[in-house]
Amino acid sequence: MSKTTRISIRNLYKIFGADPERALGLVRNGVGKADLLKKHGHVLGLKDINVDMGSGDITVIMGLSGSGKSTLIRHVNRLIEPTAGEIVVDGEDVLRYDAERLRDMRRKQMSMVFQHFALLPHRTVRDNAGMAQAVRGIDRKDYERDAEKWLDRVGLGGQGHQYPHQLSGGMQQRVGIARALTSNSPIMLMDEAFSALDPLIRTDMQDLLLELQGELHKTIVFISHDLDEAMKLADHLVILKDGAVVQQGEPQEILLHPNDPYIVDFISDINRARVLRVRSVMEPGAPDPEEGVAGEVDADDTLESVIARSGGDTSHSFRVMQGGRRVGVLNMQKLVRALVPTRAAEGGMRKRAT
Amino acid sequence: MATYDFIFDSLGLRGWCGDADDGTAGGPMTMEQLLAGGAKAQPAEETFGLSDVWNLPFPSLDALNAACPSVARTRDMTRGVEQSFLAVKDGLKVVLDPLTQPLSWLLEGALYLFQWTPWWLMIPILALVVFYASKSARLVGFVVGALCFLAFIDHYSFAMQTLSIIFVCACLCVLIGVPIGIAMSRSDGLQRAMIPVLDMLQTLPTFVYLIPLIFLFSVTEPKLYGIAIILYAIVPVIRLTDLGIRLVDKEVIEAADAFGMTDRQKLYGVEIPLALPNIMAGVNQTIMMSLAMVVIASLVSAPGLGVLVLRGIRNLELGVGLVAGLGIVLLAVILDRVTKAALARVNAASSLPRH
Ligand SMILES: Nc1ncnc2c1ncn2[C@@H]1O[C@H](COP(=O)(O)OP(=O)(O)OP(=O)(O)O)[C@@H](O)[C@H]1O
Ligand SMILES: [Mg+2]
Repeated sequence: MSKTTRISIRNLYKIFGADPERALGLVRNGVGKADLLKKHGHVLGLKDINVDMGSGDITVIMGLSGSGKSTLIRHVNRLIEPTAGEIVVDGEDVLRYDAERLRDMRRKQMSMVFQHFALLPHRTVRDNAGMAQAVRGIDRKDYERDAEKWLDRVGLGGQGHQYPHQLSGGMQQRVGIARALTSNSPIMLMDEAFSALDPLIRTDMQDLLLELQGELHKTIVFISHDLDEAMKLADHLVILKDGAVVQQGEPQEILLHPNDPYIVDFISDINRARVLRVRSVMEPGAPDPEEGVAGEVDADDTLESVIARSGGDTSHSFRVMQGGRRVGVLNMQKLVRALVPTRAAEGGMRKRAT
Repeated sequence: MATYDFIFDSLGLRGWCGDADDGTAGGPMTMEQLLAGGAKAQPAEETFGLSDVWNLPFPSLDALNAACPSVARTRDMTRGVEQSFLAVKDGLKVVLDPLTQPLSWLLEGALYLFQWTPWWLMIPILALVVFYASKSARLVGFVVGALCFLAFIDHYSFAMQTLSIIFVCACLCVLIGVPIGIAMSRSDGLQRAMIPVLDMLQTLPTFVYLIPLIFLFSVTEPKLYGIAIILYAIVPVIRLTDLGIRLVDKEVIEAADAFGMTDRQKLYGVEIPLALPNIMAGVNQTIMMSLAMVVIASLVSAPGLGVLVLRGIRNLELGVGLVAGLGIVLLAVILDRVTKAALARVNAASSLPRH
């Protein structure tokens, strides 16, 4: 799916503390996060991160609380300065930018959505949405039109005159998203943008994001600690643990072939039927079986929908279609097998922990 | 002879002491003599008994001086402070006089303006100001009523004098205090350095401000009390500006940065508006403290209701003092209510998000 790399993070380290340079030496010599904190009083925020984020992709960064997700996303627009490493955006090393150039990039290239909305409480919804353009010095008349357009789009038409505290949490986050969209920036950074919302609104917002992404093709960096959300949105999934990347790649691939007990544990609770897609478990290019097929399914259908169609009968096979073309065969028995969590999950980390 | 002779004897410092007769020769009096109205101190008893242990004096400068005249006495020290102050005074005056001269002009100008404006113009103007600040007709009614009452009992011009001084001093406090508070919120070092200074300004007894100022400026100059009031009343505005800006939600500041605001845009567009409720609370306290100080400043020729209170004390004119005191209370209530109402409006306009 990824065409060209838009944001490239190379060998990124971030250490919080009084003397990060010295601590960096220790970390490079193999001192772990726990030891670094206990013996040397420094917090290892990020350790040797290498991630390429494709243009037009949604890259989801996932991990438990404290794994360094927020720290990582704040490096992309340099709200946090790294201890070592490179951050390359559109081929330029952002760390070389001076204050002026950095501000210019933040104004035109990137916008950000925050977990706790971070709206300006003393400005109206309309002014908040237009904030990015106002900062650039664009006339109120001009940006108000844009702001209204995007507010409309996120379902807040006609609420522009209200103040943020008059809206519900979900509505406030829509304002946050409208604010990011109104900036017309090609890159959007979203730090747990949906985590504060209740499940229903959250699903709505995810759908909205996917819908908008279908038209706008922005490069989105999305942070989440929710695997279902990550599976739904991600083109590229990065899993962080204690500040280091444990696995990254296509989400279905990670789900089917986790390479670390941490991830096995992470994915053991997920509803696999709902997130796994036909294309991930089909036999690509295989001919129709002799006994015939029970019907056609789309390669992007979830397994759940296929199970519903088969009525629970595991003896069938389905022909898999993509864009009107036949791409493979889905055997129901293989499908059911794919639903069993990876073996290691049973004896995985959780058993040991509890 | 003196109680602490043995110290100097045992340390072999007798020679340095110069062995004067009884330690009362020349120089200013000891503290004890000063307080005893200049009477000679009792000569020390020759015999050494239990009562001497009970009455053992603390080895203070005066007591040590009794044993060894080369040790300075406390009065020498206070005189030293006085003289070093007098020594720098002229230099200080050359710098401070022109610097603070505008304050005198401002105070005189405001005093003139407030008194020159006739009452039938002044009261409606004040009513308008109150309405603009509070948007409350009831409060306007109260203020107009109170002012008319003061005018009715012939305290109007005194009240206007007091108001004009508070007006100038409170405005200057805000003009000077808010930038200092902003600077403090930016720098932890500056904050650490300023907090003891602010603590001192706030705890120094109000009269103590006046002492060095009286030496520096002549008592007839308005800037004398202007400076005293400003020094005393500026503290809350500085403190609460610093606090208010430091309390601004970190994520909102991050958002401002993330969208590329300049420091200036951030200060005027985010930090000051969000700190405004705290800053306004500081302004309220500053105004109340100016009022407290302006009464005391009547000791150094500040005009206004304080003068009447002072007369009440000086001439034992009980009624004059009490009625003037009532006038001050009325002014205090007016100023407090109006600033609180303005504060409430600021709070309502920028109330924080629900989450
Ligand atoms: N300014 C800081 N000073 C010291 N340590 C910090 C700082 N910021 C973050 N950390 C540490 O870095 C680690 C990663 O924090 P981060 O906020 O990136 O986690 P996160 O993955 O976003 O967690 P959450 O899901 O709770 O938001 C944590 O251990 C945290 O304590
Ligand atoms: Mg976070």
